[in-house]
Amino acid sequence: MKILVCISNVPDTTTKIVIGADDKNINTAGIQWIINPWDELALTRALELKDAGKISEVVVANVGTAITEATLRKSLATGADRAIRVNTEPADAWTVASNLSEVVKNEPFDIILCGIESSDHNGSSVGGLLAGMLDLNFISSVSGLDIENEKLTVQREIDGEKEILETQGPVLLVIQKGIAIVPRIPSMRGIMQARTKPLQIVEATSSESMTETVQVTLPPEKGKCKMIDAENAGEVIRLLREEAKVL
Amino acid sequence: MNILIYTETREGSFKKQGFELISYAKALSGMTGGEVISLAIGEIFDEELKKAADYGASRIIALEADQLPDNRNLSKLLIQWIKQANAQVILFADNNTGKAIAPFVAAGLKAGIATGITGLPEKTDPFIVTRKIYSGKALAKIQVKSHYKILLLAANTFGIKNDPVVPVIERHNIEAEYFESPNKIISTEKQTGKILLGEAEIVVSAGRGMKSPDNWGSIEELAQILGAATACSRPVSDEGWRPHGEHVGQTGKVINPNIYFAFGISGAIQHVAGISGSKVIVAVNKDHEAPIFNVADYGIVGDVNQVLPKMIEAARKIKTE
Repeated sequence: MKILVCISNVPDTTTKIVIGADDKNINTAGIQWIINPWDELALTRALELKDAGKISEVVVANVGTAITEATLRKSLATGADRAIRVNTEPADAWTVASNLSEVVKNEPFDIILCGIESSDHNGSSVGGLLAGMLDLNFISSVSGLDIENEKLTVQREIDGEKEILETQGPVLLVIQKGIAIVPRIPSMRGIMQARTKPLQIVEATSSESMTETVQVTLPPEKGKCKMIDAENAGEVIRLLREEAKVL
Repeated sequence: MNILIYTETREGSFKKQGFELISYAKALSGMTGGEVISLAIGEIFDEELKKAADYGASRIIALEADQLPDNRNLSKLLIQWIKQANAQVILFADNNTGKAIAPFVAAGLKAGIATGITGLPEKTDPFIVTRKIYSGKALAKIQVKSHYKILLLAANTFGIKNDPVVPVIERHNIEAEYFESPNKIISTEKQTGKILLGEAEIVVSAGRGMKSPDNWGSIEELAQILGAATACSRPVSDEGWRPHGEHVGQTGKVINPNIYFAFGISGAIQHVAGISGSKVIVAVNKDHEAPIFNVADYGIVGDVNQVLPKMIEAARKIKTE
């Protein structure tokens, strides 16, 4: 069974956001790029399944410019077999999904994993869009995956409710936390091997987008925090009711 | 522009956010013109169905089903009804269900999708909405260029507003083909009666400052008195002190409650990203330099396990007044 993990290249989650000169993007100077945390967990699970002999090949794909290659190399160093980069600066989730759909049309996969969202644009759209464009069976909010004799056991978790499903490929799974606990990190040997693993660059087939960012701003600053003495902590409850009027 | 709202149901009733979505749609229809249409799929009582009109739905549709079709079929069913209702704006809750189905629907309609929106469009021609990016560390104005526009409204950001209309109520059956699925449900573990974190108006949250998972009793007690949901910071869920579903922050849930209590949470930038939509933040931390105080409205410097009993006592008093 072949698995495709869709990878988004995002700023490290500790990044302090600075608005770029065009007011439409953030200033990327000095930003440390990482694998989107949900994609990283999805990749980790895919590699665990490969180690267990249940998956034959793990492929990672990204839609982005050359800047994302470090992230793809890291995915290879972590254990992915090969990488595909669709060369374009994506305008929105639609551009990403339509280019990924071409990748899948050219090379079918049994399982496609997409993180539930990316920590930059928080669109939560690429997985569902991709499934829709391919008219593929898809399962959302997946927090567990196992494979036994080509049969997939999938765990979903929504608001504390758990559901166990059985399905088979081809299927697209939208991955949330819980799928793997600790993200796998590259070993020294992995880093050496990654240098010679295939990283295929394909040209984008579509640059169409449905949305456009008009302006990016920072949220308004918070006012001053009102301090209350710890001995008198109950006072906060009164203030919430009488002053803030939210209780 | 007709507006169609997908109103989720739970045990025969609308989920609470449905009324907020209808309120939003009604206000939006003031800008776009057109009809406000609510669509529910699943089991829903007659009495409950009528309530959609209290907030402005003039056409109320219920598609009856004992259980929901799978994601793909549910999306296709929605596409069919969106076209039938001649809707151009489609509204979902910005929750797991909305995020699952809306993009598939968007693919079918060739629609632009804006998730996590927090207010009405700035204008509707061109159609420009504001949404959070970087989990609230920044805001983006997005133009939705396509004919169909799909919006996902973040909970508690618009509010529920009474605006009654006289509705047309319709019930329909769903064709059997929509229930065919390659997925077989083996088991479900339901939770009932619990206040959902994504919808909660008050959230009582705690972090490593609690020192031990054994100290969560007082967090749950305060939450119960206030009718609040419980939440936690990332280290706490990573260490297994609390379930992952409670993790609030950039890689967890992003929430917008009226009150957010942060007990023993230092306020790392990733955590703050998830709570910046809160109307009022109350922080308790033993370190007076903890960054959480930079975003809090009310702060207490002290040991959480000593502060909590005092707050519980005050909350109990105010609730019995």
